[in-house]
Amino acid sequence: MRRAGVVALNTFREAVRDRVLYNLVFFALLMIAASVAVGQISIGIEQTVIVSLGLSAISVIGLLISVFLGVALVSKEMDKRTLYALLAKPVRRWEFLLGKFGGLVLTLTVNTAAMALGLLLVMLYVKHGLGGSDTVVLVGVYFILLKLALVVALALLFSCFTTPLLAILFTVGLYIVGLYVQELRNLPVQVMSPAMSAFTKWLSYLLPNFENFNVMAMAAHGRAVPGALVLQNTLYTLVYCTIVLTAAAAVFSRRNLK
Amino acid sequence: MPAPAIETENLTKEYPFGFLHLMKRTSLEGLNMQVETGEVFGFIGPNGAGKSTAIKLLMRLIFPTAGSARILGKPISDVEMHRDIGYLPEQPYFYDYLTATEVLDYFARFHDLAAADRKDRIERMLKKVGLETARKIQLRKYSKGMLQRVGLAQAILHDPKVVILDEPMSGLDPVGRREVRDIILQLKKDGKTVMFSTHILSDAEMLCDRVGVIVGGKLRGVGAPGTLVDMKTLGMEILFELTGASNAPLVAKATRTGDRYRLQVAEEELYAAIEQLRGAGARILSVSQVKATLEEFFMNLVEADRAQGAAVEVSEQ
Repeated sequence: MRRAGVVALNTFREAVRDRVLYNLVFFALLMIAASVAVGQISIGIEQTVIVSLGLSAISVIGLLISVFLGVALVSKEMDKRTLYALLAKPVRRWEFLLGKFGGLVLTLTVNTAAMALGLLLVMLYVKHGLGGSDTVVLVGVYFILLKLALVVALALLFSCFTTPLLAILFTVGLYIVGLYVQELRNLPVQVMSPAMSAFTKWLSYLLPNFENFNVMAMAAHGRAVPGALVLQNTLYTLVYCTIVLTAAAAVFSRRNLK
Repeated sequence: MPAPAIETENLTKEYPFGFLHLMKRTSLEGLNMQVETGEVFGFIGPNGAGKSTAIKLLMRLIFPTAGSARILGKPISDVEMHRDIGYLPEQPYFYDYLTATEVLDYFARFHDLAAADRKDRIERMLKKVGLETARKIQLRKYSKGMLQRVGLAQAILHDPKVVILDEPMSGLDPVGRREVRDIILQLKKDGKTVMFSTHILSDAEMLCDRVGVIVGGKLRGVGAPGTLVDMKTLGMEILFELTGASNAPLVAKATRTGDRYRLQVAEEELYAAIEQLRGAGARILSVSQVKATLEEFFMNLVEADRAQGAAVEVSEQ
């Protein structure tokens, strides 16, 4: 596990030196523009507009980083052959994968935390104060982070057995499908055969459920998120990531490098 | 007698290719080889012969289709065994956002070395490979030769018992090659086992206790460079200078380089040839024996392999 930590810290350092965190400048500019605009155009709905915009931006920026860097975590190391010298050290392939995953999640955590801080500052500026109900925004940010961890795990899995382009397509495709898992589960039985119905239901449980992470409406209106949902999403992410990373390690441990 | 440092048994690697991967190309065929503890072993062969494949199999970067290998008596699947192994990949490339010091520190951390020990070793190693002045420059600004030096440094930083180097002289200038040769000799002096691949035969002849010649994925011979080739004298070479023109038939047969001529004659014809050349006004500079070299042995194998390949192609048609 210590070796995975060494890989993780280096992955974080790579992201910092490759200027990945520069996206924060874009986020800051967006938030400044939004805070100015919201004062001009909205009366009484500042919270809704700012929180919706802020959480959406955190989510989109995080998703872009998760998908593109997540796929590059392993494929870049294989393409550039930086992996060769590393795997000749006493490090197991699953430790390497876990380290890469941990490093990117650490990067996303720092990035998301910085954006969340920016969002809170803008809320403070627009509302002239923060209340207890605003903690729901932090829960929303936490859920986004959980979602991003899941996306990174999926991107890592796909990059272990296919080309980077296909891995990006698979990850994005699965993310989009994962946003509609509830619909898949609730498809009317009348229009399908029993077998098909059972299949879609089974599939809906197998696919990653990204719908549960979306609490933007609640956060925008300052409604509290149930504690059970926080616990459920945390456990779901832990279990799902463990399964996906185990599969990735199984594939990668048998993979011949170029 | 101690166990061999490296031993392989029927190590084979096939790569599938073609539609549905139904066809197979053999990159390495039944490699049986032993590298004894404390020796410098050269793995020589032309490009694409299977040298790097064998080394990658040993390092578990690729997996064998058949066969097995052991390093220091342990199966190569044992990751902990890598504590005692140093490896330099062919044309190494490292994280280019790191400096040489950082990349060495990164690799050293996998060997559980304490911070002070890491720092001390890195200092010594950078000096050893001649990079102490470039230690704080990011690797993206390094030349190919400098990267090769970083690669060598990371391979021996943790004082491994077995060092495996894939084309260590590649990309180096004459000074760099000399330094690598010195490092290999120093490793041998320190009792380490060194196995390196190369297609530069003079390096292998100069450094190796034994060499293995691999051509077309098959090991064609193993032994001391001197025993692999037939050491009998193939002839005598006379080096001479000539001022003015001469019509002597032997002069016409000689190869001219500037003012000097080289002439190869049979051993029994040596004295007659010298008399004739002196009669023609030549000044004899040196006379030396011509022996078969490792290069000739190597080239014979390559030619035989090509001929066999061509014969197979003809018969397939």
